Amino acid sequence: MMKVTRRLLACLFAAGMTTSAISAAAESIVLASTTSLQDSGLLANILPAFTAATGIEVRVVAQGTGQALATAARGDADLVLVHDPEAEDKFIAEGHGGERRQIAWNDFVIVGPVSDPAKIGGGHDAVAAFGLIAKAGAPFVARGDKSGTDALEKRLWRKVGRQPSLASGDGWYKDIGGGMGAALNAAAGIGAYTLSDRGTWLSFANKAELKALVEGDPGLLNRYDVILLDPKKHPIAKHDAARRLSDWLVSTAGQAAIGAYTKQGQQLFNPSAAAPK
Amino acid sequence: MTDFWTTVGSGEFVRIVALSLGVSLSATGLAVLLGLPLGASLAVLRFAGRRPLIIVINALLGLPPVVVGLVLYLLLSRSGPLGELGLLFTPGGMVAAQTILATPIVAALVHRAMNGLWTDYGGALLVDGATRLRAIPTLLAMGRLPILTAALAGFGRTISEVGAILVVGGNIAGYTRTMTTAIALETSKGNLGLALSLGLVLIGISVAVSATAFALASGDRR
Repeated sequence: MMKVTRRLLACLFAAGMTTSAISAAAESIVLASTTSLQDSGLLANILPAFTAATGIEVRVVAQGTGQALATAARGDADLVLVHDPEAEDKFIAEGHGGERRQIAWNDFVIVGPVSDPAKIGGGHDAVAAFGLIAKAGAPFVARGDKSGTDALEKRLWRKVGRQPSLASGDGWYKDIGGGMGAALNAAAGIGAYTLSDRGTWLSFANKAELKALVEGDPGLLNRYDVILLDPKKHPIAKHDAARRLSDWLVSTAGQAAIGAYTKQGQQLFNPSAAAPK
Repeated sequence: MTDFWTTVGSGEFVRIVALSLGVSLSATGLAVLLGLPLGASLAVLRFAGRRPLIIVINALLGLPPVVVGLVLYLLLSRSGPLGELGLLFTPGGMVAAQTILATPIVAALVHRAMNGLWTDYGGALLVDGATRLRAIPTLLAMGRLPILTAALAGFGRTISEVGAILVVGGNIAGYTRTMTTAIALETSKGNLGLALSLGLVLIGISVAVSATAFALASGDRR
């Protein structure tokens, strides 16, 4: 028994050493960001250059925009990088956020099955497309997770004039309460429509019978903003390191890195620090 | 498949496996340190509140990981009561979460094994003049294999768990990303084949850990 215990403790010690070796880094900051920037692979692609230049390790916690802002509001992140202008306004108005800068934009697309039962393919009007989907009662996967994409989807339904829900008898409206990737997997699985940011859509590897059907509506613009925290409200946050990341993202080097990120030859994000959309 | 070999061959993947094992083995070790004396005491000693405690520990076998994650998240948040520890989004926080999940399993299984042994040999041990407290080490030595099973059950809970560590650890690349959270992430990227391959690697690691533990225990019998 003692031998087993000793061996167990030795294993534990080794494991503990491994864990602490992993966590041994100079300075680190926590960036609360969105699933789209993680699932599209952008942050993993550009952040090593920042770390190499500054020695600051960036720990990305990828959540929906709503959750990311809540995480920062509780003081558990040092800065945020999100994409829901209305939620950001509220975050800043409540005194949590300081300086906000746009780093890039792309757009949202409405994707759906190639068979396109609601006949929305080729359109450039998101509200009209949503109206057709509702009229046809064609399956639609909703995020329902208070993310930036979820917020835009709800705004589009408001413009249609109705918020579908299972409770009001809309069996075709599937609120999955998950991230963008989960929503695309669900849509691919049941041949449903959904609203996706272009970055996640282009890099998504399980498209199955899904296809981008509606794009090019100015109302589908998708802006990514980096927001620093207010030093008075969040005195413990690592403001200096956070500012260096924010500065780098809008710098020539950071903007070039964002613009250079491609998937299958397509640029996913358009750098826009110099000329915010 | 190319994706799979590129991933498995990368330093990032080695870190993920090391962190998974490090966190889960640490949590299992802590769960054994807490659960072993607790389970044995419940079987051997007689004290007030023993029966309710047994019921509570058995009920905690079904503790939902995501709830443990959420409660710990609120406690460890910088604006929470334990925020000063700075454990949120760290491997330490993940070890805490998994220890909470594994301890009842170890305690309940050790209690069950010790209970049987106590029924069979308790009388003899007491006749030999040992006190109940002194009888515990003898019983633990006799129940070595069931105890190992208890530890492995605790390890199984921790290495396969995703709900609690996703919330408390944050799935940070290169820092708190484990096998299970990486599998969840690859699934959400639509890389289903890669996610499945990683899942098979995870199962292989579980088998290897279990085999090693049994080899150590039976080697000890010589």
